[in-house]
Amino acid sequence: MKKLIVVILLAAAPMLGLAAGGGAHLDDADIDLGDQASLQRGAKYFMNYCLSCHSAKFQRYNRMAKDLGLTDEEVINNLMFTTDKIGDTMNIAMTADKATEWFGSPPPDLSVISRARGVDWIYTYLRSFYLDEKRPFGVNNIVFPDVGMPHVLWDLQGAQKAVFKTEKDSAGNDVQVFDHFEPVTPGTLSPEAYDQVARDLTAFLSYIGEPIQMERRRLGVWVLLFIAVFFVFAYLLKKEYWKDVH
Amino acid sequence: MSMMKNFMGWIDDRYPMTKVWNEHLAQYYAPKNFNFWYFMGSLAMLVLVIQILTGVWLAMSYKPDAELAFGSVEYIMRDVDWGWLIRYMHSTGASAFFIVIYLHMFRGLMYGSHRKPRELLWIIGVIIYLAMMATAFFGYLLPWGQMSYWGAQVIVNLFSAVPVIGPDLGVWVRGDYVISDATLNRFFALHFLLPFVLAALVFVHIIALHKVGSNNPDGIEIKKGPKGNRWDDNAPADGIPFHPYYSVKDIAGVAGFLFLFAAVVFFAPEMGGYFIEHPNFEPANPLKTPDHIAPVWYFTPFYAILRAVPSIAGSAFPGVVAMFASILIMFFLPWLDRSPVKSMRYKGMLYKIMLWLFVIDFFVLGFLGTQPTTDLYKLMAQIGTFYYFAFFLLMPIYSKMDKTKPVPERVTE
Repeated sequence: MKKLIVVILLAAAPMLGLAAGGGAHLDDADIDLGDQASLQRGAKYFMNYCLSCHSAKFQRYNRMAKDLGLTDEEVINNLMFTTDKIGDTMNIAMTADKATEWFGSPPPDLSVISRARGVDWIYTYLRSFYLDEKRPFGVNNIVFPDVGMPHVLWDLQGAQKAVFKTEKDSAGNDVQVFDHFEPVTPGTLSPEAYDQVARDLTAFLSYIGEPIQMERRRLGVWVLLFIAVFFVFAYLLKKEYWKDVH
Repeated sequence: MSMMKNFMGWIDDRYPMTKVWNEHLAQYYAPKNFNFWYFMGSLAMLVLVIQILTGVWLAMSYKPDAELAFGSVEYIMRDVDWGWLIRYMHSTGASAFFIVIYLHMFRGLMYGSHRKPRELLWIIGVIIYLAMMATAFFGYLLPWGQMSYWGAQVIVNLFSAVPVIGPDLGVWVRGDYVISDATLNRFFALHFLLPFVLAALVFVHIIALHKVGSNNPDGIEIKKGPKGNRWDDNAPADGIPFHPYYSVKDIAGVAGFLFLFAAVVFFAPEMGGYFIEHPNFEPANPLKTPDHIAPVWYFTPFYAILRAVPSIAGSAFPGVVAMFASILIMFFLPWLDRSPVKSMRYKGMLYKIMLWLFVIDFFVLGFLGTQPTTDLYKLMAQIGTFYYFAFFLLMPIYSKMDKTKPVPERVTE
């Protein structure tokens, strides 16, 4: 048994190493997928701000309605701008050719972006645009250097500039390291309210990344309970059979 | 009852049903001292069945087409009833299969299950392991994500590193100059075929096992010990019938395994990016190389060995040779171990230290295989590779030098 514990600890060791690595600092998204109001707000922001350049081509509107506690009518009347069929997936009108012409490369589909990048990355990304005159849209992003998109939520957040500090890298060269943001022009929302917008959007992207995830965890509890009870009976059966083996 | 007897008689006259049942289950005498490690064989068979069943059902909705593959996986995850569960069972099953098999192989190393008269049993096992690796490799391309694509690219390029015939060999494997729709299609065909080859090999493995009989934690041949038990005067005294004793015990083992398996499937199907890698949620893009390409965890020890060996004249071929050698060397294990005893219980400190260092080495190499190369990591991988081969190649020396303890006549516990 002791050896088994050693084996498990050894197996976990590399994961600790990985957890310690990584690039820019990411803020904790702290999303709550049980909070339907947050998901509904996230859906609203997504439809209004994201879903004209980005698609979510694997996510169906009616599935979203069902999972977010909305009726089909509410979705059709308030959230559907690109189609009038509730069973459709979230496609966009912009073609990849046009997108490449306008942005340099087509904006990625966002269906599973939360699973590719992680929710903390998305939450931090949405809050990390800063003014940079060298970029075509006048903004850059700390976690996605030389990002190809404009800061779509700028009217909500306002504009901010990034303050860098100079540090020495391991070879002794000076490098510019991001330190903090300073507001330049205020947005229509307070910083706290904007963070909540970013959180709602992140929660929604996490939801469309894997619509089943809440149900999966709910079901998992019952599956584990069943197997645990089954194990007890299987163990007792084994004990009963083995009592004459010496 | 007599009707049942008549029916079985009718069958037995035409097919050796009762004979097979008795020879392989009811009158197959296994040592009575199996411990935790002896669950792994039956669990490996369980996982193979899970993989074949979930795999066939996935194939009903999956499209092996470069344009459609990524979307069809998401279709399975969202629109196919219980598709998400079938897919997660399959993706978790792949990793579970390797965990169980690595523990199964380690059991062999601990208790000398590869030693005479079980050399062929071990060799068939290594062939099964190779078939498993091939199956897993072909399957990993199918979701057609970035890591699927570039992982396959890196591995197929290994074949291209072979001198002279390499480039043609690469094209032959891919069916194209790059990983493409043609590659995806053939990998799907092979991924569907190989599990049935695997099942046939498992059958041969079990036939070989039942010919020589099971080893045990003491490494004692119960067939050579005293005869006669409650069931049979000629059966080994330390043997008990596999059925019902080990069949009921294995059911409890299955329950324990399924608890852990379900915990991953329902609560951590990505397993922190180890069972399903994050970059694989980006569709394959032949024009965009990811910053860091790493195979799935179960291949990383061998990938670390590949990268540890320096190129000669710009050719990565030496690394490729080292990687394949690190697996093929397992075939020779039965003849490398010269210790007079089989089980680690009666071997001396020397073998124990070598074995535990080997376990640590395997984990370290596995970790290094997931990481981008740095000077320090490369040096560590080289030391790790050196030790990996030293463990096998020096075994004839240290297993002979080792001070062993006397082996008891009968199994303990």
